[in-house]
Amino acid sequence: MEKRSIAAHKEFNLKSFFFQWEWMLVLMLIIINIVNASLSPYYLNFRSLIDATMTFLDKAFIVLPMAFVIILGDIDISVASTVALSSVVMAVSYNNLGLPMELAVIICLVVGTICGLINGLLITKFKELSAVIVTLSTMIIYRGIAYIILEDQASGKFPSWFSFFGWGYVGGIPFILIAFAVFAVIFSMLLHKTTFGRRVYAIGSNITASRFSGVQVDKIKVIIFTMTGFMSAVTALFLTSRMGSTRPNVATGYELDVIAMVVLGGVSTTGGKGRIIGTILSIFVIGLLRYGLGLKNVPAQALLVIIGLLLIFAVMIPNIKINTAKVRKLHKTEA
Amino acid sequence: MSELALEKKLKVTSIGKFRELGLLVFIILLSVLVQLRNPNFLTLENINDLIKNTAILSILTVGMMLVIVTRGIDLSIGSTVALSGMISALAVSANPDIHPLVAMLIGTLIGTVCGAILGLLVSKAGILPIIATLGMMNAYRGLTFMISGGRWVSAHQMPASFKGIATGSLLGINILIFIAIIIYIIFYYFVNHTRTGRQIYAVGSNPESAKISGINTVKILWMVYTIMGALAGLAGVLWVSKFASAQGDTAMGYEMNVIAACVLGGVNISGGSGKISGIILGSLLLGIINNALPLINVSPFWQQAIQGVIILVAVIVNALVKRNVDRKNLMRRKI
Repeated sequence: MEKRSIAAHKEFNLKSFFFQWEWMLVLMLIIINIVNASLSPYYLNFRSLIDATMTFLDKAFIVLPMAFVIILGDIDISVASTVALSSVVMAVSYNNLGLPMELAVIICLVVGTICGLINGLLITKFKELSAVIVTLSTMIIYRGIAYIILEDQASGKFPSWFSFFGWGYVGGIPFILIAFAVFAVIFSMLLHKTTFGRRVYAIGSNITASRFSGVQVDKIKVIIFTMTGFMSAVTALFLTSRMGSTRPNVATGYELDVIAMVVLGGVSTTGGKGRIIGTILSIFVIGLLRYGLGLKNVPAQALLVIIGLLLIFAVMIPNIKINTAKVRKLHKTEA
Repeated sequence: MSELALEKKLKVTSIGKFRELGLLVFIILLSVLVQLRNPNFLTLENINDLIKNTAILSILTVGMMLVIVTRGIDLSIGSTVALSGMISALAVSANPDIHPLVAMLIGTLIGTVCGAILGLLVSKAGILPIIATLGMMNAYRGLTFMISGGRWVSAHQMPASFKGIATGSLLGINILIFIAIIIYIIFYYFVNHTRTGRQIYAVGSNPESAKISGINTVKILWMVYTIMGALAGLAGVLWVSKFASAQGDTAMGYEMNVIAACVLGGVNISGGSGKISGIILGSLLLGIINNALPLINVSPFWQQAIQGVIILVAVIVNALVKRNVDRKNLMRRKI
């Protein structure tokens, strides 16, 4: 049995420091950058690197709370539909209901939060239902509502200041990057520096034990799913602003990308393990990989295959490690 | 006293039976209501159409039931349907004199390979089914696009014999329905009357004790996903023949319908239980809903949301019924 600890402070050990998944990600990041740089002479340029990040950071906002969800041992596959629904509601309340854009943005955030809250309440009220099946059905429902609202039309024509979210710069740095950095700091503080974060790990490692030790499991679950809904709405803001219009089928397949990023970031799908820094690194690994393959004109369909396989390999590697460790242990006890 | 106990026992079993009976009553009620709104619903022609349109869904539902019984889920089948459909369509358009049976065999074979790969990942590598199937869903989908080069295989490229699979009839029954019936008979025998079939349920209801009692759980899991793949492969050929076109995005999201049919049919999403008779009713109910909504003038844009709500309600009712049964069992134990 693998030893699991939820202690916040571990003893520093040089060997275990370097044998971390995060270094593997750093290595991958370096390799990808070298390959990309050799593909295009314009790649290693501060300006173009910064702009490259703008192309994939929109979904990165969901990666942060999704890491919490997966550390809990749950999963949320309704995020892409939440993005679509909140984006569509925002567009309709500005374009069709004539509300001011500021209010529409707030409505967008509220809709996303409510979607997440509904997920959380359903999962905690009906414990027999796994998060997979609940979010699977809400995924269909949210996307379905988006279709009811907008049918097969697109809705655009936002005021010009709204494009600032997706395209604006503050002091030469894209606003989206700054916003992401702020959220990343908030979420990693929340996970690594607060009792709330320690409780999330505790629930992921052993839900029954945490319940018996007085952790309010349900409350924490609801909060985390609500957070995921809120961050999906944030993604909807940036995505809609970047694209300048929205459709009910916006963000299809985002859930896969997000889950792939979290899992590649070293968060264990069985719960209880993982860190925010890993997921941030993996956002850049996958994002820059996509960007580089795009430079090389690799078709989007091939990217589907690559991301899918990457997801599976990322999950497989730790499993293999555990298995070999088990076998080694077995040999030792036999000898 | 013993009479009382007997009475209680009867009540408990009746709750278990209630599901299928309730489903049947619901189907009849729904049919009557739709019939009142549109008298064209219960005509022989429409019923034939309805069952023909449900045939592919019901074939996939059998495989999905086996997967869900083992506590798994397969999100990749939509992509498997597309991949096998595409390859067999390309095969028949290149060699028009291929016998339709051979085309079906090709499709089934491809599906089997897809399923076997997935089974290997789930059973041997120990990857969570949702992650493994999410990854392969994208890999297979990407492969479909790559193989077809993004082009469609349309009706005029297919020989009449291939299109005849879906339109022809055997012994007075449409071939699609005929195949579905044969599959149901085979699998009814397989899950209820063979040792391997029962072992699937044993693995699902308690993997640890199944392992201890000598069941090769790895083999069973692998087999279940391979069966699912084979059925999806077959369904792919039937799909392409029915719609007379193979596209990159064939059956996208169809896995949700299949899971919905299972859940409606009373397959317990946390594994261990599910009946062939239940999933027949489940897929029939879904088929009726899909057939009836346009007949009573519901906008097609509402269909997705309605379907999602129905799935959610079905799983919640399922959970509540189970809660009730458990409570009754506890009460019985007290006496």
